[in-house]
Amino acid sequence: MTATPLVVLENVNKHFGELHVLQDINLSVHRGEVVVLIGPSGSGKSTLCRTINRLETIDTGTITIDGQPLPAEGRGLARLRSDVGMVFQSFNLFAHKTVLQNVTLGPLKVRKTPKEQAEKRALELLDRVGIANQAHKYPAQLSGGQQQRVAIARALAMDPKVIMFDEPTSALDPEMVQEVLDVMVNLAKDGMTMVVVTHEMGFARRAANRVVFMANGQIVEENTPDEFFGSPRTDRAKDFLSKILTH
Amino acid sequence: MNVVLENLGPILEAFWSTVLLSVASAIGALVLGTLLAGMRVSPVPVLRASGTLYVNTMRNTPLTLVLLFCGLGLGNTLGLKFSETVTVNSYWLAVVGLSAYTASFVCESLRAGINTVPMGQAEAARSVGLTFGQTMTTIILPQAFRSVVGPLGSVLIALIKNTTIASLIGVAEAAASMRTLIEFNGNAVIPIFIGFALGFMVLTLPTGFLFGWLSKRLAVAR
Ligand SMILES: Nc1ncnc2c1ncn2[C@@H]1O[C@H](COP(=O)(O)OP(=O)(O)OP(=O)(O)O)[C@@H](O)[C@H]1O
Ligand SMILES: [Mg+2]
Repeated sequence: MTATPLVVLENVNKHFGELHVLQDINLSVHRGEVVVLIGPSGSGKSTLCRTINRLETIDTGTITIDGQPLPAEGRGLARLRSDVGMVFQSFNLFAHKTVLQNVTLGPLKVRKTPKEQAEKRALELLDRVGIANQAHKYPAQLSGGQQQRVAIARALAMDPKVIMFDEPTSALDPEMVQEVLDVMVNLAKDGMTMVVVTHEMGFARRAANRVVFMANGQIVEENTPDEFFGSPRTDRAKDFLSKILTH
Repeated sequence: MNVVLENLGPILEAFWSTVLLSVASAIGALVLGTLLAGMRVSPVPVLRASGTLYVNTMRNTPLTLVLLFCGLGLGNTLGLKFSETVTVNSYWLAVVGLSAYTASFVCESLRAGINTVPMGQAEAARSVGLTFGQTMTTIILPQAFRSVVGPLGSVLIALIKNTTIASLIGVAEAAASMRTLIEFNGNAVIPIFIGFALGFMVLTLPTGFLFGWLSKRLAVAR
């Protein structure tokens, strides 16, 4: 007997006009699992991530989080979103708020946590991602790597059941990639459930339980990182890997 | 210039009335304009359509008509009464008209401001679990306001000048006082004009400077 998975997508389909971006997607993510989504540009990885907290709607199929189907809109949806953290490629920190305010906003407004408690927790989280000393700066005063770590702390502050990462390091200068990946590896070690779109193979090998390879809106191959990178089964995966390896 | 100086008391009183009219209408326009901007970007089609209809109607109607409608239509025909005192009543009717008219310009400035806020800000707010209303009031509007402080200053200056039309429905503001003064001092028309023009500049120039300064101070760094 296995526990029900935390995130379940069943026969999910989505179109952007004529374009069939998600084609019959079936995917389950178990508690504590780290899934890396990989695939060529335009294959639908971001769209898939975004459907899981309904930043994108789907045409057909079902998505459930912790056994609950995604509500269509309103307060139910807002509550569900607060359980699904999201870390974006472009950080998207609230530009008019300090680092500390960025992290406490959700707990204060959504969870109605008392201010003192929210700030104490925020400072702990900022400490955990290594930027406690920047708490009173504004996002524009931080480096990209620091901003992304604040974004991770902001997601963690909601005590989410799962965090989605959409190419969290691809907007960063190379020297800042590692500091963000280190934070993510530690999260994975602590048992956080994570879905990560990334081409960082080092991260996938170190932290992922499973690699899901997408192409043209379909899941083409799923495997452990070692199997997937070592001996990909499909031609499309082989072709894709040969391209990113030569880069 | 003597005429102006000799009548300084009543003139200042009239300008004070202009100030009161401007302040009350500015507050009304800001509140209504913000609401309208919220409607125009809301996900509810009915709200969006009503917002658009309101703004297009107001922006394309001459202010004179709007104020006459408030004075004659709302005041006389429909019998809307704010006070038993006639002057107080016409003051509030003018505030209603000026607010309703200026709100459409506030709304459009704000909407331009909302467009300067990157999509990702709203997405981040929503994924933290904020509702549409919370996203608007804590993330989008504060950033939108900061980016349109300058244009809002221009709207306010236009409003201050537009208060002169309120004399049409019996509000004793600066332009009404000027007309009275000219009636009794036909030989000093030019000095009177200059005096009142300067009076308006005393109100509008500092407003412009203040908003220019604020817009630099409040700008959001990205
Ligand atoms: N809002 C949208 N409207 C129309 N088409 C879209 C929209 N968003 C994405 N698409 C298209 O859907 C397809 C999948 O996009 P998606 O962003 O999910 O790909 P991706 O795998 O994340 O690619 P990348 O590696 O470049 O980020 C692309 O062809 C893209 O052009
Ligand atoms: Mg993408």
